[in-house]
Amino acid sequence: MSDVLNCNVAIVGGGTAGLALATALRAQGVADVVVLERDVEAGGVPRHCGHYPFGIRELGRAFKGPDYARALVRNAKAAGVEIRSGVTVTALHPNARLGLNTAEGNVELQANRVALCTGVRESSRAQRFLSGTRPQGVLTTGALQAMVYLNGKRPFKRPVILGSELVSFSAIMTCRHGGMRAAAMIEEGPRVTVRNFMRPYAALKGVPLFTGARDLRIHGHREVEAISFTNRRGVTEMIETDGVIISGQFRPEAALLHASHLDVDAGTGGPVIDQYGRATDPSYFVTGNLLRPVETSGWCWREAGETARRMARDLSDPIGRVPFVCQRSVDPALRFVLPQRIALTDAAGAMTQMQMRVSEPVSGHLVAMAAGNTVMSQFIDSRPERRILTPMVSLSRLGQAQDVEVKILR
Amino acid sequence: MSKSLDHDPIFDVAIIGAGVVGCAMARRFTLDGAKVVVLEKAAEVLDGASKANSAILHTGFDAPPGSVEQSCVAAGYAEYLDIRDGLGLPVLKTGAMVLAWNDEQLASLPALVEKAHQNGVLDVELRSREALLEAEPALSPNLKGGFVVPGEYVIDPWATAHAYILQAIANGAVLRRNAEVLGGVFEDGIWDLEVTSGAVRAKQVINCAGLYGDVTDARLLGQAGFTIKPRKGQFVVFDKPASELAGAVLLPVPTKTTKGVVIFRTIFGNLAVGPTAEEQESRTEATTETASLHDLRAKGIEMLPALAQFEVTTVYAGLRPATEHQDYQISQDVARNYVSVSGIRSTGLSAALGIARHVAAMNVGVAFDGGPIKNPIIPSADRLSNYHGRDWEDAGHGGIICHCELVTKREILAALNGPMAPTTLQGLKRRTRVTMGRCQGFYCTGALSSLTQGYLDPPIGEDDE
Ligand SMILES: Cc1cc2nc3c(=O)[nH]c(=O)nc-3n(C[C@H](O)[C@H](O)[C@H](O)COP(=O)(O)OP(=O)(O)OC[C@H]3O[C@@H](n4cnc5c(N)ncnc54)[C@H](O)[C@@H]3O)c2cc1C
Ligand SMILES: Cc1cc2nc3c(=O)[nH]c(=O)nc-3n(C[C@H](O)[C@H](O)[C@H](O)COP(=O)(O)OP(=O)(O)OC[C@H]3O[C@@H](n4cnc5c(N)ncnc54)[C@H](O)[C@@H]3O)c2cc1C
Repeated sequence: MSDVLNCNVAIVGGGTAGLALATALRAQGVADVVVLERDVEAGGVPRHCGHYPFGIRELGRAFKGPDYARALVRNAKAAGVEIRSGVTVTALHPNARLGLNTAEGNVELQANRVALCTGVRESSRAQRFLSGTRPQGVLTTGALQAMVYLNGKRPFKRPVILGSELVSFSAIMTCRHGGMRAAAMIEEGPRVTVRNFMRPYAALKGVPLFTGARDLRIHGHREVEAISFTNRRGVTEMIETDGVIISGQFRPEAALLHASHLDVDAGTGGPVIDQYGRATDPSYFVTGNLLRPVETSGWCWREAGETARRMARDLSDPIGRVPFVCQRSVDPALRFVLPQRIALTDAAGAMTQMQMRVSEPVSGHLVAMAAGNTVMSQFIDSRPERRILTPMVSLSRLGQAQDVEVKILR
Repeated sequence: MSKSLDHDPIFDVAIIGAGVVGCAMARRFTLDGAKVVVLEKAAEVLDGASKANSAILHTGFDAPPGSVEQSCVAAGYAEYLDIRDGLGLPVLKTGAMVLAWNDEQLASLPALVEKAHQNGVLDVELRSREALLEAEPALSPNLKGGFVVPGEYVIDPWATAHAYILQAIANGAVLRRNAEVLGGVFEDGIWDLEVTSGAVRAKQVINCAGLYGDVTDARLLGQAGFTIKPRKGQFVVFDKPASELAGAVLLPVPTKTTKGVVIFRTIFGNLAVGPTAEEQESRTEATTETASLHDLRAKGIEMLPALAQFEVTTVYAGLRPATEHQDYQISQDVARNYVSVSGIRSTGLSAALGIARHVAAMNVGVAFDGGPIKNPIIPSADRLSNYHGRDWEDAGHGGIICHCELVTKREILAALNGPMAPTTLQGLKRRTRVTMGRCQGFYCTGALSSLTQGYLDPPIGEDDE
């Protein structure tokens, strides 16, 4: 197929971020906005989160995920957004050109701007290097949700949940909804990852919780039979179970990026962006959880609104390629710093805050230094998987072409 | 033991085991005109040693000269390249390098090159450290030297064996799955086999039971001349972009017992590091071990420092059917029309076609009615190579189900409704690659559970009433 399609803004991924961005772009008066979604329907992860609460801030009341996703799709369509599902973006080319695949074949799409909104997924069992056999019945929470809420299927009856993030607790609810009972929740870290107030939840539902578990091992031939581990007292525990839910440890769905001309940040696992949300090719913007693991849907929705304003401005008054400095963590306890680049321009609409995460509990002064100058400083007391927001580095204090290094003074 | 009924067919050949060796054997004997039955105890073919290997098409450059293994690998290699176009089987012409990382290894290279030449692999040549680093710039500068083996290639471990058995089936062979051979008697020139799925009669038996070669010999002959000593190999598979770090298969200097940890591109587009070599008792448990996986990753990074930046896609482990002997254990019991094809340890994928020819040649005097098939049917193989055309690139695929590996609805349904349809998720994975990419089923398990409803046992999920 030699045809090249055209549009003004092409949005890759029709989850919360892509739909919110498209809708907000239309509200900004941007014409010809197309959302490309590879799934059979747009809506993204909330489509299979059959629980509350979604949409409180953005839609004014609490929805279950699937209803929320439908509402976002409705709003986008009402705003004049063209949503094309069943379209897989297979390649990102320089200057806002995309390779697409549909059931009818391959085609290219040339846009003025592209926004990447492909979201996050959970780490797999393999990526965690777990010991044991590899039977059927080891699933991520996302896969479990899709089975339960989108396909009415139950993969097991009494699974063990690995991990203790928010999504791990939501897995308990998914199990209950699908007629399953979680047999236990196992966390390798010394304590539960979510904030303490969530913790009684597991007890409430009668799910035993084990923290500080080591030497995890999956047993079973065709199907899962048990999971064993060494508990915090050094004793081996063996829990009979018919399934394992691998939850959390999110990572951006960055497959397209790795095969493209865009730079990827090892810290976030997502694309390198500047304070305008632009990737290393300025015709590409990025928003939503592809930026970093992981925020709530409400956060992604709001962030997409800001991205829409930046994109609209850039379409009418392009920033283009400008000099920039790089910004990076030089502290092993600081997992990532977003944005990873500071464009040396005072164009309007820049982010006012930076986002960071730590990889271990830390308290101290976060400082950003450039050419010996402190360009930002803030006290933090944080733990893994907690959002850290700081003011943006001050552009006026940045030396020309001096990279910014961020660390924690304990 | 159930007595077979008189109207049951008497097969010319019963092949026990549908690993890659049994599959190639079934193809050979079917094409030679035999009425073949293949008895596989598992629900799917390739459930034993052939399930998980490095998928390198070896030249046999490092096999012991004069061994059965060496001649079978050489013959298998040649025939693969001969028939693969017709069958639609892919080859990734990577070539290999044997790399020395210390002075001792460096000193051992000339003898290895000499051995390769003795084995008839004449294009094996020593290379300077500089030449190797120029060809493979991602290699660690700690490299001392090495030699190249231009003919070592990468192939599809599953589509290959599937193509062999599917061609056998298309030309009249019968495959019985869930059919374990428990015992048998040889009387009046006929084997009467006791099989879990019902008795089978055949004039000749070929034992290709892999990890159960000794057990099967004992069941049928009363004894085995060797003992299987399973040797596990674990692998770490890196994300596709890592495949740019190594063009050639990177082999270490081999030791007596193992080819050592290899870095190789897979035909599916990834870069893999492995295998380990660990002796164990169990013939079924191919576990992965956290510590070994970390160790493999570290070994990979030692050789290719840039590998540190890449994500892991998956890990796996396989079991080699090794014995106390170094060579293959292929032997014939002429009086009982029985051949044992065992101990096909670490080169069986490459050698399978050669082994089949070797066994066919033992059969002098046995003629099959009608003789060799004149114009055999040649079915086309599953198209799973990342480096060749895939189904998703052709219009009318019905939508992509597995987004990481770009597996289409059309090809899943074709596998589920075609010959030798998979009945387990494992089997479906080997036929289509569903859930085998980066996300390992995060995105597609839900859709797959509906699409495969009624086809798989166990199902991916039960209906939730
Ligand atoms: C298992 C799981 C559970 C979660 N639970 C909650 C929760 O309970 N509450 C909450 O607030 N947040 C939750 N989250 C966080 C979730 O990421 C956000 O709620 C929100 O979905 C982020 O929106 P997004 O648009 O960035 O990504 P997504 O919603 O993931 O949307 C990305 C979209 O991009 C599409 N896509 C990807 N690649 C391509 C391509 N190549 N071509 C075309 N389309 C493509 C995908 O199909 C998908 O529709 C959860 C996340 C996960 C993974
Ligand atoms: C880690 C590793 C890496 C390797 N790398 C390579 C490589 O790069 N290149 C290469 O060429 N080779 C490689 N190999 C070797 C290759 O995989 C083996 O040589 C080959 O798979 C052996 O095949 P097989 O058919 O003899 O045995 P198997 O695959 O074990 O097949 C035997 C079959 O018989 C069945 N069976 C057993 N008992 C019975 C019974 N009583 N009744 C019915 N059925 C029965 C089993 O279920 C099984 O399916 C590797 C092997 C491993 C483990």
